[in-house]
Amino acid sequence: MKITSLLPLAFSLAAVAGVVTAGEDSTLTIEGEVFVTKTAAPAHLENVDEIFSGWTFRTDETQALQMDDFDNPSFVFVDQALDQFETVEGSAGKACSSCHESAEVFSGLRASMPRVNSDGELETIPELINGCRTERMGAEKWKWSSGQMSAMLGLIGLQSRGMAVDVKIDGSAAPFWEKGKEIYYQRVGQLDMSCSNCHEDNYGNMIRADHLSQGQINGFPTYRLKNAKLNTIHGRFKGCMKNIRATPFKEGSEEFKALELYVASRANGLSVETPSVRN
Amino acid sequence: MNFTRRETLAISGAAAAATLLPYNLMASTPDLIAGITGGAEASGEGISLTAPEIAENGNTVPISVDAPGAVAITVLAAGNPTPGVAKFNFGPGSGSQNATTRIRLAGTQDVIAVAEMADGSFASAHQTVKVTIGGCGG
Amino acid sequence: MAKGVKPRVKVPKTAAAGDTITIKTLISHKMETGRRKDGDGNVIPRSIINRFTCAFNGNSVVDVNMEPAISVNPYFQFEATVPEAGEFTFTWYDDDGSVYETKKSIKMA
Repeated sequence: MKITSLLPLAFSLAAVAGVVTAGEDSTLTIEGEVFVTKTAAPAHLENVDEIFSGWTFRTDETQALQMDDFDNPSFVFVDQALDQFETVEGSAGKACSSCHESAEVFSGLRASMPRVNSDGELETIPELINGCRTERMGAEKWKWSSGQMSAMLGLIGLQSRGMAVDVKIDGSAAPFWEKGKEIYYQRVGQLDMSCSNCHEDNYGNMIRADHLSQGQINGFPTYRLKNAKLNTIHGRFKGCMKNIRATPFKEGSEEFKALELYVASRANGLSVETPSVRN
Repeated sequence: MNFTRRETLAISGAAAAATLLPYNLMASTPDLIAGITGGAEASGEGISLTAPEIAENGNTVPISVDAPGAVAITVLAAGNPTPGVAKFNFGPGSGSQNATTRIRLAGTQDVIAVAEMADGSFASAHQTVKVTIGGCGG
Repeated sequence: MAKGVKPRVKVPKTAAAGDTITIKTLISHKMETGRRKDGDGNVIPRSIINRFTCAFNGNSVVDVNMEPAISVNPYFQFEATVPEAGEFTFTWYDDDGSVYETKKSIKMA
């Protein structure tokens, strides 16, 4: 038998096919607010009936870390972003707070990103941040997954926490969405796998010691126990592609932005959980 | 086909077993306890240790210890490069003799808690924590 | 002074005399274990918070000796009795000699 992929062997260890979730009995509440961690799949999803947040696939202990804002290790970084928000940087002598009264003005933003702007371009939050920094603050732009960027994304994302993910996929967004969908289902890399092979065909199964999720991004940037820091969406896309031994697209590339739009839309209806805790 | 969480974990335990780090050359649990008690007997009662059965990641493992009436609780990790983890000394202002923290475990091993009571006696508890590694999440 | 070290504590604002309250503490610190090597193969020296204390109105609540096996951003949860209004003092001691301190007052309910 020619082994074209190691993955089927790993799946066969688990010998399970079908839908399994770790925390299907658990409810995510934070300070009394209840979060939607599972719901009917949006209409555009053909092969999935129910969508689950990544939170439901983690162990009890990891889930507990997200249920209290003091226990949630992400907030060390959110605090750093709060300080950064008030820090003057760049030739214009401004801080974020010079124009934006507080991070709270961004309520609702993360729930509908990425989106197509009036110039017909697909834009993401890192681009909005860097646009402000370079054009209005006269400051240097931040790298896509740098500590500063991920902390600020955590702070901004927090302002949409609890709101339903609701990204637009029709109208001007349609061509980007279609491109993202194509990438999602396209096999790549030495292991010849697509996003869907794990996250649609095998969520709930174990891949070696990892409990596979649906690959939803409603909680990003997320604090991963694995590297004890906030991880961004494109950072994770890149990591996933490297795991299947494909040459990753670049963070901030048109491909990853389109993929981000498509993957975000797979979670339409789940609550934003940013900043979440994952393994 | 719906699996309960228990069944999932049982299956995952089997799969994870294929990828568990081996029991390290670790100091034996009884020896480590004796190291704290000076050789005196440690009762199995009066102390509880809460730790996950399977740690999702070895660098942040939440644990709790509780020993009503203890003067101090020492926590050890039998399979770490050095077994010492922490020693909680409770003062007159403490409301109880329990503490929760997050620790690093280098691999599957016993986590041990030894309480020194006010009368000089000792109590101990220990639990094996499985630390898995290897998965496509990187 | 190590970079970016910031304490956070969670203490209820009020309590009744004699109450037992739960306190949570965290300090952002890398807790460099002394077992890692850099790109050139040299050992990165150990640099951790090695001790944490909490006192109320001068009385010790808890005093923790810490080893490198405590996770990054050391976190502790414990209980204290509150006999009267007063002030909690939290102190963290760094291998490099720095001492970080924060205080939190509590009033009677």
